[in-house]
Amino acid sequence: MVKVRLATPILQENDEAARENRELFRERGIFVLNLMSSPGSGKTTTLERTIEQLPEGLRLAVIEGDIYTTRDAERIEARGVPVVQINTAGACHLDARMIKPTLGDFDLDAVDLLIIENVGNLVCPAEFDLGEDARAVVLSVTEGNDKPMKYPLIFRLARVALINKIDLLPYTDCDMEELGRDMALINPELTVFPVSARTGQGFTLWMDWLAEQVRHKQAASRQ
Amino acid sequence: MHEYSMVDGIVRQLRASAAENNIKQISRVALVVGKLTMAVPDALQFSFEAFRKEEPLLKEDAVLEIREEPVMGECKDCQHRFEIKDYEFICPSCSGVNIKLVSGRELYIEYYEGE
Repeated sequence: MVKVRLATPILQENDEAARENRELFRERGIFVLNLMSSPGSGKTTTLERTIEQLPEGLRLAVIEGDIYTTRDAERIEARGVPVVQINTAGACHLDARMIKPTLGDFDLDAVDLLIIENVGNLVCPAEFDLGEDARAVVLSVTEGNDKPMKYPLIFRLARVALINKIDLLPYTDCDMEELGRDMALINPELTVFPVSARTGQGFTLWMDWLAEQVRHKQAASRQ
Repeated sequence: MHEYSMVDGIVRQLRASAAENNIKQISRVALVVGKLTMAVPDALQFSFEAFRKEEPLLKEDAVLEIREEPVMGECKDCQHRFEIKDYEFICPSCSGVNIKLVSGRELYIEYYEGE
């Protein structure tokens, strides 16, 4: 019997691919956002509204992660934004190795902002670094305010949280105060935007934040 | 269930290492899993059993042992080290919120045994 000590991280292959992606995005000065949420929280609608309110001259590209369908990608393409679909064929998350081959499908010189819409799931995507600059989690008020404590990792690692469907707040039992408190306990640095992707409420601040990140990334890459 | 991809990663590491060390069959795998990872030990066991049936490198009765690591934080303000319970990233000593995560996201094979 032989005992062999290892201690290499299991997700090492993913982390290496993520590092390569990140280096490529740094060279090109592209700000990359990994958009995550549970199914039905309104990721794609948030994306559509974001496209609609995109400031003049800010060039967006989208990678759509979906288990089987191309429905979300079609919605984005209809708005004239370059989009590549990744079908994970059953896998519940995107990983960094899936991202790399799609990058050749874009004209990266004509991209300032890349949003990767992850598979709808609050658990698995949290574990996989894609090489993004920031992670955004979308949580809709109809899901209830207990989600951060139930899925802490995704909230801990996110830079921003979009609290979506606030137009429906009066019809839910979602306690915004408790939600804010729980998110602050898990991640005091989390920036929170209460929004409604359907009505456009709260989007000005979100768009400002996004544009600021893009400027920041471009300035850093020129140095 | 991303535990399946994780066990896939485990098996690939085992194959590479076993080849290097001239090991033909593995009877025990010791895994370290931080409590902040979203990997559920039962789901890891379940996936391991599924792989065990297909993977000749794993003995029929190979065991997966999982050791869980607590979520530990260190306060960047007062350097106090503490266990983070209930995901409250707040220093119990100075109430600071600048907490560095010291452990809890581990996910690695500590060792394996075979011949």
